[in-house]
Amino acid sequence: MLASESALSVGWFLDHAWVIPIIPAVGFALIILFGRRLPMKGSEIGVLSMVSSLVLALGAAYQWIQRVDGASGEVAHGLVKAAEGHSAPYVGPVIHEWTWWQSGGFEFGIGQHIDGLALTLLVVVAFISTLVQIYSLEYLRGDRRYTHFFAALTLFSAGMLCMVLAPNMVQLILGWEIMGLCSFMLIGHWWEDQANARAALKAFFTVRVGDMGLLVGTGALFFGANQWTQEHLGVSGFNISGLSAWAMSGEASKSVLTWGAVALFIACIGKSGQFPLHTWLPDAMAGPTPVSSLLHSSTMVVAGVFLVARLYPVFWEGMKIGDTNINFIVLIGGVTIVIAALLAFVQHDIKKVLAYSTVSQLGYMMMGLGAGAWLPAVFHIFTHAFFKACLFLAAGSVSHSGSHHSFDMKKDMGGLAKKMPITATTWIISTLALAGVFPLAGFFSKDEIIDNVGHNGYQAFMIVGLSGAFLTAAYMTRATYLTFFGEARGAAAGEHHDEHAAHDDHDAHADHDAHAAHDAHAAHDAHASHGPHESPKLITVPLMILASLALVAGLANATPFGSNWERFKKYVEPSSEYVAVEAAVAHGPGEALSPVVVTAEEAEGEAKSGCSYEAPGAGEACYFPAVSHAEFKWSKAALSLLIVAAGLVSSWLFCVQYYTRRNRRLVGLTSRNVVLRGGYTFLWNKYYLDALYEKVIVRAVAHPIAAAAYWFNQNVLDGIVNGAAKISRRTAGWVYRNIDQRVVDGAVNGSGAAARGTGGALRPVQSGKVNQYGALLFAAAAIGALVLVIINT
Amino acid sequence: MLTVQFLLLGAVLFCIGVYGVLARKNAVMVLMSIELILNSVNLNLLAFSQRLDSIDGNTFALYVIAIAAAEVGVGLAMVLLIYRNRRSISLDELSDMKG
Amino acid sequence: MLAADLLVAQNIGFGVIALLMIVGALRVVTVNNVVHAALWLVVVLSGAAAQYLLLSAEFVAITQVLVYVGAVMVLFLFGTMLTRAKIGAEADLNNKNWAIGVPVALLMLGVMTWVLIDGFGDEKLPNPDQQVPVQALSDDIFGPYLLPFWALSFVLLVAVIGAIVLARKD
Repeated sequence: MLASESALSVGWFLDHAWVIPIIPAVGFALIILFGRRLPMKGSEIGVLSMVSSLVLALGAAYQWIQRVDGASGEVAHGLVKAAEGHSAPYVGPVIHEWTWWQSGGFEFGIGQHIDGLALTLLVVVAFISTLVQIYSLEYLRGDRRYTHFFAALTLFSAGMLCMVLAPNMVQLILGWEIMGLCSFMLIGHWWEDQANARAALKAFFTVRVGDMGLLVGTGALFFGANQWTQEHLGVSGFNISGLSAWAMSGEASKSVLTWGAVALFIACIGKSGQFPLHTWLPDAMAGPTPVSSLLHSSTMVVAGVFLVARLYPVFWEGMKIGDTNINFIVLIGGVTIVIAALLAFVQHDIKKVLAYSTVSQLGYMMMGLGAGAWLPAVFHIFTHAFFKACLFLAAGSVSHSGSHHSFDMKKDMGGLAKKMPITATTWIISTLALAGVFPLAGFFSKDEIIDNVGHNGYQAFMIVGLSGAFLTAAYMTRATYLTFFGEARGAAAGEHHDEHAAHDDHDAHADHDAHAAHDAHAAHDAHASHGPHESPKLITVPLMILASLALVAGLANATPFGSNWERFKKYVEPSSEYVAVEAAVAHGPGEALSPVVVTAEEAEGEAKSGCSYEAPGAGEACYFPAVSHAEFKWSKAALSLLIVAAGLVSSWLFCVQYYTRRNRRLVGLTSRNVVLRGGYTFLWNKYYLDALYEKVIVRAVAHPIAAAAYWFNQNVLDGIVNGAAKISRRTAGWVYRNIDQRVVDGAVNGSGAAARGTGGALRPVQSGKVNQYGALLFAAAAIGALVLVIINT
Repeated sequence: MLTVQFLLLGAVLFCIGVYGVLARKNAVMVLMSIELILNSVNLNLLAFSQRLDSIDGNTFALYVIAIAAAEVGVGLAMVLLIYRNRRSISLDELSDMKG
Repeated sequence: MLAADLLVAQNIGFGVIALLMIVGALRVVTVNNVVHAALWLVVVLSGAAAQYLLLSAEFVAITQVLVYVGAVMVLFLFGTMLTRAKIGAEADLNNKNWAIGVPVALLMLGVMTWVLIDGFGDEKLPNPDQQVPVQALSDDIFGPYLLPFWALSFVLLVAVIGAIVLARKD
């Protein structure tokens, strides 16, 4: 054990990974305070802070690789006993946690929990954020809230980094909420336009619906786990590794696990835009393009997927992922893949196509996680970040320099490939990567998900995945064709919108402040007015970097080329072995976890008796379920490649026929054929989900309550008052007619008068004067008290 | 000292406050009377805190003070709004609730 | 009863302050001048702070002075100024049926006096031998009563926002 401690190196970067989110957080404060006075309006602080975060994250990743390699070296030299069938020993995460707040026996920690998953996300987030900020330097030049934009963007990244690092649920919620707030600010960046403000609100509220699940789930798990974790591991029930060990211990209450996992997954549905809460995501396109790019590639929407991946043992046990062939997660993921992909076909807005594509790809990740394909799903987060960011930035580049700030593919684009060669090339590379063409990034991750989903017994969802692949290839081809090929239309053909015609003056930026809302970025009219052209370097260079990564990122875990290429599996996937508990609770700087493997796991072939199927013995803990991996077969890959090729080719042929040749059999088909028209309308209205939420649910809740209150007010309250008066008066009348008239007059005159008096007396009580109401209240209280006192004595 | 003397003082203040709430026409004066009531409650809380040798009464008294500050803030804002709309803060004229 | 038990000085102090408070409170609800009423209210509130000291709650007493006598009174004076330019006496600060108030208040006072004397009689308060330590108070607030504290913070936040929204001119 001593030897292994020395071997499991913890370098400076790994030990100080908690600095990574602090840098952009400080950057945010600096931008807000001093940004306006700086020469570049604060953007330099944003870019600098992201670059330094990236450097730190890369350093930490390098040291993590060293750490894992070191541990493997120990095994090779026989110093540490590795589990049978595993070449690598247990390499624990680097955890530091400090108590920042303590109250009533509860301790809230803050710190870091660094393992392969966290590092993957850290590097990706810092990298994409850096590129997006560089891109924004040009894209938002001259915007009226330039400084605030960079401030929000920087804080946004800080929130995501904070969440990724979180060693406990409280810090995770903190980062999660920071992101929610910043996404609201960024989507509503041009809030003068009513539609943008609405989109921001919608995103905020929709995500908030899910966030309730996060709070409920965290609370449920805390109360379920706290006692166990305190006893066995000495950490609170918020602690992520504590929760993992608790979930795998076999002593956890099944119902708490199930409902906790369901509640947490509802939060993921909201954040990651899964069906049926995906409706906010396409509307979030109202924000500036760099925001969409950052939101949809590596941050925000990935947060939900990350949460599932992070607390995987809880979901594994709670949803019984290992034993079933259908569960909540995989179902939602599968449904999302298909419905979002279908929606992408009817969009005119290029960014909305990408938005639905993101939703669909997130569906893949969720489906993978739900079916036990942890590693492929996490790997898909990694590859997807690059090509999706690239696609969004390319779309932004098109609108920036090619289509005069329009995102409408049908009206203002087409034939741009010749005018914007770099943008078009990067777009096409990313499209192919997204579609999953060999050997680009998407192939290795998406195909692995589909393969493993089938392998783990979820055959039905494998078919869903394959049809999703077909749809993905087809809608991306459509978007590519409409944007870059065919004839130039609208702004792409050099036509100008009238209202922009006056803005030829290059120095007119200052004047634009007075302009109506989203002409904020009309500040770029200067260059856009020359017709379509290639974007400047600040835009194309990030595009080229991302496109080249979209080309090669898949090689980081290229299963087809043998196990030596499976670096993600080696460095990112946690090992599912029984670990002595003492080794796992080490805290404080430099105290690394020691690879003490207590029980050997069964060989890979019979993985069904791994960590998750037997409760660990006394003094041991499990931190990750034994997930099985499908063996790569070229025959299976060929099938999915064939499907992708079919999607690409058929869609391309259709587009040429439909948009260029104007084939009469195809054009107008949706208005002639009843079935197709119905389908089109259904899709065009986004399955009527928005209508359901706004018209039905909101009304169903808000309306009856208001109506009931009104009815109660009108009928019951008024009725009581009026009725009392009326009854008294009627009584008086009746008394007058019957008794007064018939019985001897003088004697009973009094009773009629008294009854009339009651009616009359009840009316002035409703004087509308507050003092009188108060007097009645107090008098009644005093009399009531008096009565009570008298009764009790 | 007797327990009852503090409680009686609280009761007297409370009743004076109630009278003020009922009799005053000016909305600001009504708010002041409410402050009297709140103070009498605090007096009770602290007296019992002393009697039971428990610190909870102090805590509650502090909370009451904080709530009272919030109440005065919102109350005066409402009075200001009423004044702006009607040029008067006489409660007698605010009889829109008349049945 | 021994003289030491009686705590003569405290009792005299209590009597004087209580008398001052009752007179002040009566003036608050009877004077015909809003500003004067506010100043009488200062007397009552300061008196209350002194009573808190007698009850060995020094922290609450200080808070009372700071929050009530300081902040709340300024708010009242501002409210007076903003709603009515006139600072002098006014004829009709009482509403028409103020007479209802008298019996109601007297009735309540009667009930309460009866109950209190009946219930507590001549029970003595324990001697205030030491002040309440502020540390214990903070432990109480941030320990068992943390949740109300949070709720209270939220209420204050809402009050601030609400006051701004209500009083804003737009």
